[in-house]
Amino acid sequence: MFKRFKPFFALGLLLSVFFLGGCSNYIVLDPKGPVAAQQKDLILYSIGFMALICVVVYVLFTFIVIKYRDRKNDDNYEPDQHGSKKLETIWTVIPILIIIALAIPTVKSIYDVEKVPVSASGQKKEPLVITATAVNWKWIFSYPEQGIETVNYINIPKDRPVQFKLTSADSMSSFWVPELGGQKYAMAGMETKLYLQADHTGTFSGRNSNFNGEGFAHQIFDVHSVTQSEFDKWAKDTKSKAPKLTKKQYDQLMVQGEAKKMTFSSTHLKWVDHAKEADYAVKTRERLGEVPQNPHGSKQKDANKPESDSHGESHSH
Amino acid sequence: MAHAEVHDHNTPLEYQSETGRLNILGFWVFLGAEIALFSTLFATYLVLMYRTGDGPTPHELFELKGVLIETFLLLTSSFTCGIAIHEMRRRNRKGLFIWMIITLALGAGFLGYEIYEFVTYVHEGAAIGTSAFWSGFFVIVGTHGLHVTMGIAWITLILIQVARRGLTPQTSAKVFISSLYWHFLDVVWIFIFTAVYLTGMVLHNG
Amino acid sequence: MKWDEFFVTGDPLIYGADVSIVLTVIGILFYLTYFKKWKWLWTEWLTTVDHKKLGIMYIASAVLMLFRGGVDALLMRVQLATPDSKFLDSQHYNEIFTTHGTIMIIFMAMPFLIGLINVVIPLQIGARDVAFPYLNAVSFWTFFIGAMLFNISFVIGGSPSAGWTSYMPLAGNELSPGPGQNYYLLGLQIAGIGTLLTGINFLVTILKMRAPGMTLFRMPVFTWSALITMIIIVFAFPILTVALALMTFDRLFGAHFFTLQGAGMDMLWANLFWLWGHPEVYIVVLPAFGMFSEIISAFSRKTIFGYKAMIWAMVIIAGYSFLVWVHHFFTMGQGELVNSVFSITTMIIGIPTGIKIFNWLFTMYKGKISFTTPMLWSLGFIVNFVIGGVTGVMLAMAAADYQYHNTYFLVAHFHYVLIAGTVFSCFAGLIFWYPKMFGYKLNERIGKWVFWVFNIGFNVCFIPQFILGLDGMPRRVYTYSAASGWGNMNMLSTVGGFLMGIAFLILVYNFYYSFRYSERENTGDSWGLGRTLEWATTSAVPPHYNFAVTPTVDSFDPLIKMKRNNVNLKPKIEDIKKIHMPDNSGVPFFMASFFFVAGFGLVFEWYWMGIVGLIGVFITLIIRSFDKNEGYYVSEEEIKETERLTV
Repeated sequence: MFKRFKPFFALGLLLSVFFLGGCSNYIVLDPKGPVAAQQKDLILYSIGFMALICVVVYVLFTFIVIKYRDRKNDDNYEPDQHGSKKLETIWTVIPILIIIALAIPTVKSIYDVEKVPVSASGQKKEPLVITATAVNWKWIFSYPEQGIETVNYINIPKDRPVQFKLTSADSMSSFWVPELGGQKYAMAGMETKLYLQADHTGTFSGRNSNFNGEGFAHQIFDVHSVTQSEFDKWAKDTKSKAPKLTKKQYDQLMVQGEAKKMTFSSTHLKWVDHAKEADYAVKTRERLGEVPQNPHGSKQKDANKPESDSHGESHSH
Repeated sequence: MAHAEVHDHNTPLEYQSETGRLNILGFWVFLGAEIALFSTLFATYLVLMYRTGDGPTPHELFELKGVLIETFLLLTSSFTCGIAIHEMRRRNRKGLFIWMIITLALGAGFLGYEIYEFVTYVHEGAAIGTSAFWSGFFVIVGTHGLHVTMGIAWITLILIQVARRGLTPQTSAKVFISSLYWHFLDVVWIFIFTAVYLTGMVLHNG
Repeated sequence: MKWDEFFVTGDPLIYGADVSIVLTVIGILFYLTYFKKWKWLWTEWLTTVDHKKLGIMYIASAVLMLFRGGVDALLMRVQLATPDSKFLDSQHYNEIFTTHGTIMIIFMAMPFLIGLINVVIPLQIGARDVAFPYLNAVSFWTFFIGAMLFNISFVIGGSPSAGWTSYMPLAGNELSPGPGQNYYLLGLQIAGIGTLLTGINFLVTILKMRAPGMTLFRMPVFTWSALITMIIIVFAFPILTVALALMTFDRLFGAHFFTLQGAGMDMLWANLFWLWGHPEVYIVVLPAFGMFSEIISAFSRKTIFGYKAMIWAMVIIAGYSFLVWVHHFFTMGQGELVNSVFSITTMIIGIPTGIKIFNWLFTMYKGKISFTTPMLWSLGFIVNFVIGGVTGVMLAMAAADYQYHNTYFLVAHFHYVLIAGTVFSCFAGLIFWYPKMFGYKLNERIGKWVFWVFNIGFNVCFIPQFILGLDGMPRRVYTYSAASGWGNMNMLSTVGGFLMGIAFLILVYNFYYSFRYSERENTGDSWGLGRTLEWATTSAVPPHYNFAVTPTVDSFDPLIKMKRNNVNLKPKIEDIKKIHMPDNSGVPFFMASFFFVAGFGLVFEWYWMGIVGLIGVFITLIIRSFDKNEGYYVSEEEIKETERLTV
């Protein structure tokens, strides 16, 4: 009889090994900043409770299913046992206690992740502001204080909080750098804020995690965490050496498609704030004749138009 | 399907057949669903209330007079509809017809004013595609108007059946159900009057 | 419009599908004509208003849709099995995951459950049929036509590709032009009418048509779960109706509810969608809970443990189902307070669900458990659903959800809920009540193979997805790079997916095998363990009037009491009276066909066709209104003959 349920045990075992075993191998559980670290702690804390619940249910399940299987000896058979106040109270109260135990740190973390993160050293620093704009299927980053703009990558100083002001030129997108912290949506006509901070130098990959069409899988960007002095130097060099962003170039970026990494010594903020002007990209596409087409549309129809992905940008990888 | 018929003279005609009773309960449940439907539309309208974009604001276009006339027509029609049901319960077919036809005429008058109102707005530059606000406005008021239209057509069909078959438990249940529907539309209009027109005129003023 | 725009072209997979569709249709037409089955099809099935036949048609359609959705799933798994795969291109992959999600929820899970509810509930409450048999046929045919309209999209015009959630503005004209998204809007809208009508119908049926003596708190748990589900349907489906209509206005008539232009608001769609979408989850899981309660109780030979707690748990779950929708987008920036509130309401749902799990366990406690296939699926449900439940609580913790959101962790979670909950229950319920529908059981030995292969495949498929989520793999990506390190887990997951596919094939073989070789049942209580009225009929498959004499009930588990008191279920000859039954009608079929015409016209924005279809719908409504609809009487002689009673 026991054999029959072996797979269930194996399953339970497998689960705990997977969940509790190789934690540090998985990106989300291998944080490189205080926000992600707090989220990891919350995740592990909850996994503890959940594993406990699973163990209790599985042990009880195994015991009952083996003991009360249909067999000759039925001394224990009580067909009309219809409930037990005591037992039912127990399994109502215990889940309530578990929920309370989970709710308190959850609410605390919900408030914490919306605040400026504090480094391990405990000192509070003024956050660096970066505006992140999602456009199908690329990320445009502006540094308003430094007056520079990048596409599909950012440099940030380590040990300093970064405030991302998120918005979108078209689809609802989600800005996510798992090693630094959880995601938040970027939406047209809206501005959302996300605080992240890196405790280490290195390159972390970020992406849009909210599906937004054909190029979604490739809408990724790199986050380079460098020292404050390296960052300052990079910002200064960019400001003096990189080309200026022209409006024409920016409007080309509004067209649907992927893009290479780019660097500019001026930002688009003086022309448009997508958080206030939701239809800028749509209008620009209409003006340029680059409106998205029905993917199953007639081939002949396309031939009359300028080719839909002729804006000269290619995959960045 | 049980087909038990109750022949108790205290029971209203429409409740005398099993089918009639089931249909009436079923229709109440349907009205519950209609409440959910209109609630969703109201929520949508309120969310979009200030999103007039480049289009006109409701304060610029709404006119109290037309709306008051529409309200008066529809509220009165609810009253005459009630009298019609009263006549039906007295087994007075002629009374039922007279009051129901008055109800329908008032309903048609309401619709006429509403269509006139819509046409005016479109001429003044506010159509369904003008802005989120006007999309919300036309859809909520239009959905109600569509319901009134269906109500008029439906009640007309039922009256034809009463004319042909007389007042039976079956036909009277149909009349009664359609009257529930008519009163319901009246209630919805009161909410539209408040949430759409009054707030549109007052809040956008500030 | 040109032909190459009307038919989807350019992909060998699609051409293969075209050929197989044409061949299948020709095959069916040939079969019907050659064996002279047209009349049989029309009188027995297309015009029927019998809840049992409609139920069978629902289930058959759902199994068909399970196949379609399953093929979609396997195509996705093939594409994701290896990094940088070129099997599908992005657009094709996006269409497939969109149709997979939509079909599985709307056209597989719901009709499967509604089918079982149709077959079982009227019998379980001792009724002749539902309150509105004609409406029931309308429900089925609108669902069926909605499903067909949605399904033809992949060969005609192109499938929707904005995900089953169809977030705006992606799903709008500005970013997804073409007929694809219109199929989604109109297919769901038409099917939604059917679901709403089912909700009204069964709500009234359960409230008003119970056998004498069956008070609310003597109703079987499955009937309770159906009642609560119908209440959710009545209040949730109108929200979907409105949301779909608003997006249709955006796409067809230039309205600006959710658009980028004209000050539309994309977040409004997400809110409306999940205001329906979360209750929808409980619409497909509460009937599952009900069925497991019946099956676990039957095969433990013991009454359900904590009956009232089970009912109240479902009532609480139903209430809370309308108060948690924001947890689908904690990351939308609505602020700390809102997230905290919805985190807590979501976690609270875990409490009644936990209570139910323990009540099922203790239903088996001190019982005599036999491991038949329906019971195996129920036991598998308990084990797997716990994983779905606890990961649900983890996702409810908003701050942590910032990391799980939009990842495979979420995908794995909801498959653990929907497969272990809904799909397992559909299989369990189908096997359990199969003799009630067809008069013979499905083969148990083959059935056990199906269970083990499916169960192992299911876990092999989805456990790796939890890990992929924690390793940062977002959902809905059509490909990933080798450098990401996600290759192995994805390959494992694909293997599991194919095991589930194999299990499905074995199940289909079992349908055939059992049809040929299974022993025919000769009592109404096929398993010998029936506790409720559906097993109290005199023959295995109840006659169209269900019960020759309406049973009287004076307790919970009425059949158990009857058996203990040795009550003879055979009706007494003097009790036989003529029975009133509703007439068959072809109108629902035509009404739905006109809906198809209207829907198809609107999909391609051919308004003349839309108007023609809608006029057709109105004509069928008028015909129905003028129909006297008096039904007919089954004579005493006929009943006596059917029941084999001799004077």
